[in-house]
Formats: sequence, structure tokens, C-alpha cells
Amino acid sequence: MATVAEEHVGVQRTPHPSPPRRHSVLHQRRQRRGAALFALFAFPNLALIAVFAYWPVLENLYLSLTNWDFISPEPIFIGLSNYAQLFTSSTFLDVMVTTVTWVVVVVGASLVLGIALASLFSMKLPGTAAVTGIVFAPHVIAGAAIGAVWLFIFDPNYGLARTLFEAVGLTSPSWTTDASWALPALLIVSIWKGVGFVAIVYLAGMQGLPSEVLEAARLDGANRWRLFTRIVLPLLSPTTFFLVITQTIAAFQAFDIIAIMTGGGPASATTTLSWFIYEQAFQRSNVGYSAAAGTVMFVILMVITMLQFRYVERKVHY
Amino acid sequence: MPATTTRPTASRDEGTVQARTARQQPTNGARRLGNLRHHWWGILLLAAAALVFVVPLFILVTTAFKTNSDIYTWPPKVLPTDLTRDNLTTAWQLAPFGAFIKNSVIVTVVGAVAKVVLAVFTAYAFAFLPFPGKNVLFLVMLGALMVPGHVTLLVNYITIGNMGLINTYAGIILPGVGSAFGTFLLRQHFMSLPTEVFEAAEVDGAGHLRKLGSMVLPMSVPAIATVALVAVIDEWNSFVWPLIITNSVNMRTLPIGLMYLKANDGMVSWGVLMSGTLIVVLPMLLVFLFAQRYIVTGLTGAAAGSGR
Repeated sequence: MATVAEEHVGVQRTPHPSPPRRHSVLHQRRQRRGAALFALFAFPNLALIAVFAYWPVLENLYLSLTNWDFISPEPIFIGLSNYAQLFTSSTFLDVMVTTVTWVVVVVGASLVLGIALASLFSMKLPGTAAVTGIVFAPHVIAGAAIGAVWLFIFDPNYGLARTLFEAVGLTSPSWTTDASWALPALLIVSIWKGVGFVAIVYLAGMQGLPSEVLEAARLDGANRWRLFTRIVLPLLSPTTFFLVITQTIAAFQAFDIIAIMTGGGPASATTTLSWFIYEQAFQRSNVGYSAAAGTVMFVILMVITMLQFRYVERKVHY
Repeated sequence: MPATTTRPTASRDEGTVQARTARQQPTNGARRLGNLRHHWWGILLLAAAALVFVVPLFILVTTAFKTNSDIYTWPPKVLPTDLTRDNLTTAWQLAPFGAFIKNSVIVTVVGAVAKVVLAVFTAYAFAFLPFPGKNVLFLVMLGALMVPGHVTLLVNYITIGNMGLINTYAGIILPGVGSAFGTFLLRQHFMSLPTEVFEAAEVDGAGHLRKLGSMVLPMSVPAIATVALVAVIDEWNSFVWPLIITNSVNMRTLPIGLMYLKANDGMVSWGVLMSGTLIVVLPMLLVFLFAQRYIVTGLTGAAAGSGR
């Protein structure tokens, strides 16, 4: 929409660049040709972005104020009822608790383990390059495939989980079919898939640190731990911030691992906001209700992104 | 989005970890030996980390070729006693894997090519062509990076439905083709190219298409490869959208096919499920093996924009 408007304004406004007066007619023609070519080159992409990224946000907002089942001819406007229902529903409260647990645990654990791995990698021990690649590899594998492999690992009868539990004299729980173990199982898988990415980003950050500062601190007799907590960590705060934001946004939208491993169950033990949005729309045809939940997700992620804008500009550094 | 803006520039100096460590190691072999003795615990930790990530993949590969009697036994067998292709055959019987593979390949190739082409032209336009309000337009485009993909699913489903494209390749591909991240990355790269070359060409009156084809593109192969590889990985692994937009088994892509296999398999055989999984995993692992450097730079940048 915006792009079409821009185009009209553009055509009227084009002919006023001042520079070479002599060639102004030529220049004008060139500008206009350039603008036409710009439209030809850029508008297909911009139109797709408008239709499939911007329009959905607006339309989703509208749908959240309606009641619809995909089939009946028109969505019926019902005001804020969907939101009222969401915010008074104990199911939705559970969903939000699960979601927040998911995000906090996955992001927190990925960052801690990721920076630990990055520190290990930055020692440049032999074999580091290969291990870095191996640790990053799950990031390029489909979540559905990873979920399938871990489903087998978590099999209490024939999976690796049984081997590990029996090794310490315990019996493996029925991970994915036990309501109190299903969420931990998914969290482990999600962390396993994402931690390599975090490690690589941290590693790149560490390699960008000013070596003079580190050297000076070392000469001053700072031990490893102090060096890490007092110097490396504060210097890496922009990286940490970037990771917290991007990982949080990704964690909120986690889907394929849930879909293949538990389908939001058992009962609703692993129903996160992303699964809830899908379930309400595509399994129960509660379009308006799903849209309202979608708006909740949109607002939460927008707030987080805005935080990024403000915080990164003002502070973050050391 | 300052964090985002710095990433692609930072990555351009190819500060990739692997490259750097690989280059340094052979040169100082003596220090390396010293390192070994000094940091045995570091090596141990490194090995442990590798194990955590290798073991699941090892289980995947071996189980895919194990017979049921090797899988359903206790204590477990680390290696298969016989290699069998039965699992693969059974997977093919239970689910139309031929169709899944075909769909995944079509969607990945067409989707990634279209995405790269659109991104190249858009980036060229933003970098070299005049347009009133161009910078505002660019910011508006970048804003799309902030829209979480999951929130767009419902409306995109309705849009594609209105276009009559549900359960078609076009329906699977179309919403993912518009690319703000790829455009951003390429535009930044194009603008970093030496302008003198282009100015000389403009005196010649070289047309824009020629300028794009014979100068900008050849000078941007690594950047384009990065965008292309990220697009390929995204398309191949894509899950929730193909799940929603297709409704017949024969239109499913591989990741969805895996879920179908699992449901169909009724939890009977891990071997069958693992052989199906292997088909999903293997192509991307190979791509990763051969293009690790581009993929790492690309994906670390792409994270900034939730993959759009």
C-alpha cells in the first residue's frame, strides 16, 4: 500500500534536482528513467513484503476483533470479546506461563552455555575448528528432524535416555508422554539446537575485543575468572544484548520441535503461545481468538524490539 | 537497529573463526604441542562438547541402517550388526517420500532462486537508482524485519486462500519470496563497491542491466552466495507454513512428511523414522560442510531479522 502511494508522489515530484543546469533536461530525463527502472526492479519485492509482512499485522488486528471460522461468509465484529476471553481464561494463563518458562530457560541456558563454549573455542586448541562446526551444525538442520531424533533418544525403553539414567542407577521417565517431563525434554532439544549459534556469535565478539586491554589486565595479574567477569563480559555486553533479543524472538516462535515431539501435549503441558495460535486457528477454526493471541505475541515482541532500539542507542557498552 | 547494521559489515572481513584458527595452527606447531600439555582439560572439554553434538547424529545414522532386532534390544547395540535398507523401503511404503523429496526440491530451488533474484534487483535499485523518498522506503522495508513471522501465518493463509493457491507450490513459495534481509545485506555490499569503476562505465553509457550483470554481480559473488545459502536452508527446513498451506499428503514437503510418517508409523519403528529423518538432514549437512563459512556469516546476520 505504502509503496503504491510513494510511486504516485514520486512521479510528480521527480524533476527538481538542481545540479548541472546545462544538462538539466537530459538530467531530468535520466532521473525519470532511473525512477521507472527503480520501480521495475524494487516494486515486486516491496509489494510482496507489503502483502505478506505488513498487511497481516493490520488484518490480524482486525480479525482479533471478530468471530470467524474460515467458512461462514464474513467475520462478525465482536469488539474486544476475544481479548476479554483470553485474559480471563486459565488455559491462556497456563499457556503464557509455559511460554515464559520456555523463553527464559532456553535463552538463559543457551547464553550461558554458549559463552562457555565460545571461551573454550577461543583458546584455539587443536581440533577447535572441527568442533565449532559440529556444534553449529544443528542450527542448519530442520527442527522437525532434530525433534524426531530426540524422540528416539528420549524413548524410556530403547533410547539413550535409558542408558544414561541406568548408568546412574535411575529409571528414565517417559519424557514426551509424561506431563511433568515433556516440557523439560523440549527445552533440552531447543537448547541443543540453538546453543551452537550463540557460541559462534560470542566467539566472533570475543575475537573483536581489543587485545591490548586483555593483555594489560593479564599483566596486572588478573586471573582468568576475574579477567572474564570484569573485562570480557562487560566488553561483550553489546553481543549479549543482540543475542538476548534475537534468541527471545526466536524462542517465542518455536514451533517445529513442539509439533513433531508433543503436539502441545500431553494435555497442554507443552502448549506455548506459538502452538496455541496455530491450534486455535488451524485445528479449531477459532480465527478471531487465534488472531487475538497473535496480537498478544506481536505486542510482546514489538516491546522487546523497541527495547533493543532504545537500549542499544543509549547504553549497552561498558 | 544498530546491532543489525554492524553485523554484515563486521562479517565482510571474513573474520570467520574456522578460517582464522585453521590458518594459524600449522604455522606454530611448537606452541601447539605446549598447548596440548598445558590445556589437557580444555581438550577434554572440547571432546565432551563434540560428543554431545555428535552422539545424536551418530544415533540417527546408525539407527537408520539397523535391523529392528538391533534397535529393540537391551543393552543397546552401538553399531548395527547387519546394515539393512529395509527401513528406507518401509518409510517409502508408509509415506510418499518420492513426492516429499520432489516437493521439497521444487520449493527450495524455486523459492531460493526467486528470493535471490528479487533481492539482487531490489538491492541494486536501492544502491544505484534514483527514486524520490528512496531512503524512507528502505527504512519501511527494513521494518518488515521486525514483524514476527508466526503472527503473519493466519492472514497469509487467508490471503493465499483468496488467491486460490492453497495446496499449490505457488502458495507454499510466494509469501517467503519477498526478502528484506537479503536485500539489506546485498544493498550494503553493493554500496561498498568501488565507485570509480562504475563512473567510468557510466561515461560509456553502460546500461543498468549491463552494469548489474557484468560488474556488480561478479564483484558480489560471496555476498550473493551467502544470501542464497541462507534462503536454501530456510526453504528446505521450513515447517509451519508448508504445514498450514498444504492439505494433501502428496503436496507435503519433507519436514511435514516426517511428521506424517511418525503419525502413520504409530511409534512402531525407530529405524523407519530415522531413515526418513536422514533424508531430511543429509542435504543440509552436506551444504553446510561445503559452505560453512558463508552459512555462518549469513545465518548470524539473518538472526537479526527472524529469517525474512
